[in-house]
Amino acid sequence: MRVAAAAAPSWPSLPRGGIAFLFPLSLLALWSVSARMGWLPPQILPAPSEVGSALWDLAGTGELASNTGISLLRVVEGFAAGSALGLLLGVAMGLSRTTEDYLKPLFTAFAQVPTLGWIPFLMLLVGIGEPLKILVIAKAAFVPVALNTLAGIRAVPPIYAEVGALFRFSRWQLLHRVVLPAAVPPIFTGLRYGLTHAWNALVAVELLASAEGLGYLLVWGRQMFWLDTMMGAMIVIGIVGFALDRIMAAAEQRLQRWRLA
Amino acid sequence: MKRTLRGLVLPVALLALWELASHARLVDPRILPPLELVAHTAVYQVMHEGLLGNLAASLARDMAGFCIGCFIGVVVGTALGLSRVADSLFMPSFNGLRQIAILAWIPLISIWFGVGESAKVVFIAAAALIPVVLNTREGMRAASAHLVDVAHALTFTRWQLVTRLYLPSALPSIATGVHLGLIYAWVASVGSEYFMTVGPGIGGLIIAGRERFQMDLVMLGILILGLVGLAINLGASAIEARLMRWKPG
Repeated sequence: MRVAAAAAPSWPSLPRGGIAFLFPLSLLALWSVSARMGWLPPQILPAPSEVGSALWDLAGTGELASNTGISLLRVVEGFAAGSALGLLLGVAMGLSRTTEDYLKPLFTAFAQVPTLGWIPFLMLLVGIGEPLKILVIAKAAFVPVALNTLAGIRAVPPIYAEVGALFRFSRWQLLHRVVLPAAVPPIFTGLRYGLTHAWNALVAVELLASAEGLGYLLVWGRQMFWLDTMMGAMIVIGIVGFALDRIMAAAEQRLQRWRLA
Repeated sequence: MKRTLRGLVLPVALLALWELASHARLVDPRILPPLELVAHTAVYQVMHEGLLGNLAASLARDMAGFCIGCFIGVVVGTALGLSRVADSLFMPSFNGLRQIAILAWIPLISIWFGVGESAKVVFIAAAALIPVVLNTREGMRAASAHLVDVAHALTFTRWQLVTRLYLPSALPSIATGVHLGLIYAWVASVGSEYFMTVGPGIGGLIIAGRERFQMDLVMLGILILGLVGLAINLGASAIEARLMRWKPG
């Protein structure tokens, strides 16, 4: 996107913006016509208007807001716990090679198994209540945050530390005046990945074991064969996921601006 | 050497603690079965319950979905990368759909394609396709403008332009996408087996272990998941390195 903005004057962006809607709009038109003509039974493909009204109904009864709220709360809690631990581990391993030697192999083995694999294990361990969701989401956020924090700290140019030594910085000063600020951008990238992973993990765990939340809405729609509800839930899952990522991206950009200044 | 030893300290200590806790009944052995039970379950599963068959079924499904997803991904990514019109027409929609967490597609796919083999393969293909499209497109766009000028000067045909210039120069990027696709496909294979439990597979094995409260079976399944993931990763890295031999530096 940045390349396009730099290379071309601003006027061609308008038709290009318009063309982006051409395909989804024609798809939507085809979908409506197909529903009206009954080409596909509504149990396979409900009319777009039905998806809209299902969403509208869910919003009207407050179910949409409450389920979205529950999902968001779970993600925030799990992400906070997982990324805090990830930061801690990443900093510990980044600052000391000895710590890394001890912890990295175990961490790698732990990270090797996809989050999805840990869900049944955790179900037997802690049941299917709220702790399960938080643990799964925390695991999903923990891995990328730890890895990127470690890499970020390692990538700080040694010359920075030398300058710090010249100023006779203490270890603590070196850490919080030099090393951590320099490592902020990659750490932030890790946090952003972490949040995306956390959201995906939420969907997974709510599909497998939940009585509330957006994932549950999807399962419920599946059981009732309410495709309109299912599609509505999918749309909301997409929008929330996108919004979460945009928030992180905006924060990242603010951070970059501060760095350049 | 010293570093390897250090790395072994924690895992070994953890396993010893596990064994101890399990034998001393500090933890319910149903929650923490002793290691030898897990090993015994592994042998029993291989001999009597067709563990290898389950593994083969998962891998076959994984490969089928991966190959389909990869092929479509390279074709679509090439088209999007080379044609501005195609890109502005389809890319925003693709990006929009991509926002939906991949697992959220499973209920819909299971209604459209049933819960049998084809639904699983469709889901795995969709998961593998995403990174391949994105990276192929990226690679096509990164082709050197100078080389394109040279190709035009040599009056390359369109076909030559694609096969002699764009594809080779996009190859490293495509390889990255394919590598990611492999990882996604494996996770998606497990996911598809969790939710569409008909038929053999490692995911189904884990779910069965959970339903029967057989922690040893769940642990065995997790171990296999990790090992297969590791093998896929190492294999892909090795192939990637071999393919990229010609690349200087």
